[in-house]
Amino acid sequence: MINVRGVTKSFPTRDAGRGIAAVHALREVDVLIGSHEFFTLLGPSGCGKTTLLRLIGGFEMPSSGAILIDGKDVAALPPQKRPVNTVFQNYALFPHMTVAENVAFGLEMCNWAPADIETRVKVTLEMVRLTSFANRKPNQMSGGQQQRVALARALAPKPSVLLLDEPLSALDLKLRKEMQAELKRLQRETGITFVLVTHDQEEALAMSDRIAVMRDGKILQIGSPADIYDNPNCRFVADFIGEANLIPGEVLGRSGALTVAVRPERVSLAAPGDVSDFRSSGTVAAVTFLGLDTLYEVTLKSEIKLRVRSRDRQAMFQPGDAVAVGWPQHVERELQQ
Amino acid sequence: MRLKNSYLLISPAILTIGIFMMIPMCIAFVYSFMTANPYGGVEWPTTFDAYIQFFYQRDFDDSLVFAPDYIFIILRSIYLAVATTAICLVLGLPVAWYIVCQNEERRRLLLFFITLPFWINTLIRTYCWILILRDEGLANNALRWLGVIKDPLPLLYNDGSILLGLVYTFLPFMVLPIYSTLERIDPRLIEAAHDLYASRVSVFRRIVWPLAKPGALAGATLVFAPALGSFLAPDLLGGGKKLLIGSLIQMQFTSSRNWPFGAALSIAITAVILLVMMLRAWKAPVRESRA
Repeated sequence: MINVRGVTKSFPTRDAGRGIAAVHALREVDVLIGSHEFFTLLGPSGCGKTTLLRLIGGFEMPSSGAILIDGKDVAALPPQKRPVNTVFQNYALFPHMTVAENVAFGLEMCNWAPADIETRVKVTLEMVRLTSFANRKPNQMSGGQQQRVALARALAPKPSVLLLDEPLSALDLKLRKEMQAELKRLQRETGITFVLVTHDQEEALAMSDRIAVMRDGKILQIGSPADIYDNPNCRFVADFIGEANLIPGEVLGRSGALTVAVRPERVSLAAPGDVSDFRSSGTVAAVTFLGLDTLYEVTLKSEIKLRVRSRDRQAMFQPGDAVAVGWPQHVERELQQ
Repeated sequence: MRLKNSYLLISPAILTIGIFMMIPMCIAFVYSFMTANPYGGVEWPTTFDAYIQFFYQRDFDDSLVFAPDYIFIILRSIYLAVATTAICLVLGLPVAWYIVCQNEERRRLLLFFITLPFWINTLIRTYCWILILRDEGLANNALRWLGVIKDPLPLLYNDGSILLGLVYTFLPFMVLPIYSTLERIDPRLIEAAHDLYASRVSVFRRIVWPLAKPGALAGATLVFAPALGSFLAPDLLGGGKKLLIGSLIQMQFTSSRNWPFGAALSIAITAVILLVMMLRAWKAPVRESRA
């Protein structure tokens, strides 16, 4: 279990004018990550997610606050004294060692007996399906294979937490999907807590038990993928996870400070006058057929643009058609900011 | 087509090495088998005298007597060159590591400092050491002023001062290649090693040193070869009391006027250096070309 309590991290930067200014990478972050959980830190670049991961790994020290791993405060400990292993973004495999030597490194540093090291290396390489590559050097392997070596190396010493820093970002789409399933499987099989950093919301939704959405050094929302998708608590989360129509409250006749979020796939279209309880009407501005569904861009009378995804192949609309738009009350979310 | 072009591109280098290195080496090789002209230069007939002189001295009755003097000079030269290389390595590695750990701006400044001595004539720099080390020099005066010693320490004109001069002259040639290999080490490798429970010592032994080795080897070659043949530091700081091979060679071409022997000595140390380099090429692992 990882308990991050009120952690702030600021980096000194040299100001162009004079002296040293501080950049706050993290501000008063609190997060509780449970054992055996697949936890994802999600956010755009510069939001502080990697800094938080590096703080948990011990590569940075917090400016203030505490980090507890299994009840022990590790904030002041160097990485070699934490029961945590990391899979680095570009794998950071040791280029002068073979795959087996890379995987054995952590075990040797922990003074395992040579016989135990041999068995453990074998087991771990089996786990990532690289048994036949044991004697290769990292530069003789593809990106996906290097990724597996990095995983095996980090899993070998049986850490209680595995940190993954954008592990899939260097892989192509097909391989990425494959590795997502692989990571999920490894997490289930080992029962180790995985903390993943990513900027890819699809990846986060697909793999995580829980997601923390971050922005500007703060955590905006923590919840299960479905929870975050269905009940975003602010404009940023609604917009960052999936697609969202953000409609100013006054358009729908509510107080001006409110924003109403509606997912495009929840909006339905109809010919005007067809049904009485449709909320508004407008004209179709653009139609994009996407196979699974069709994306409509509808301009409402109030100049608001609405994105609508429809799977209805019977009632297709053309650009310029007048349409009525509507959605059931329970799918809309009122956001304060 | 590509191959042809690449040969064309390196032809200036080949020409330079050919004209300024291979031809003089050949001349030296030929000279080493000639007879010395007492006024300098060489003359016929060809003879092995120069090489015989390594081991034997001609007695009054023209019989050969075994005389290991020159062998000792060669061995002592090799010993001093090896010591210089070792000291440069021990000093150069931490210096290079320190520079790599600095930010961009300070790195550039420190590298400039490392190369700064190249801008001053070696002779002048070596003379400066005499001023520092002599009995009335900076070091002795300072120690006396501090009351550490009463009588001046014999700092100058011994093996220690020669070694100091050699290390001082050749240290940059060790620092720069090591720096360039260290600079290419991904800092994340070090983080990864720490992450896998490696102590600082283990990180150095298992990660940094193996990756810095090619640079250290290059630096060792760059220091060992010129240190073996150098005569400036041994002459000035050693006081010329005990000869080293560099000074010996220089003497053969100047005061002793024994060109064949000088040429033979040159061939001998070239052979030693080539041997070391071949050993190195044979032992160093083949670099993997695939990225």
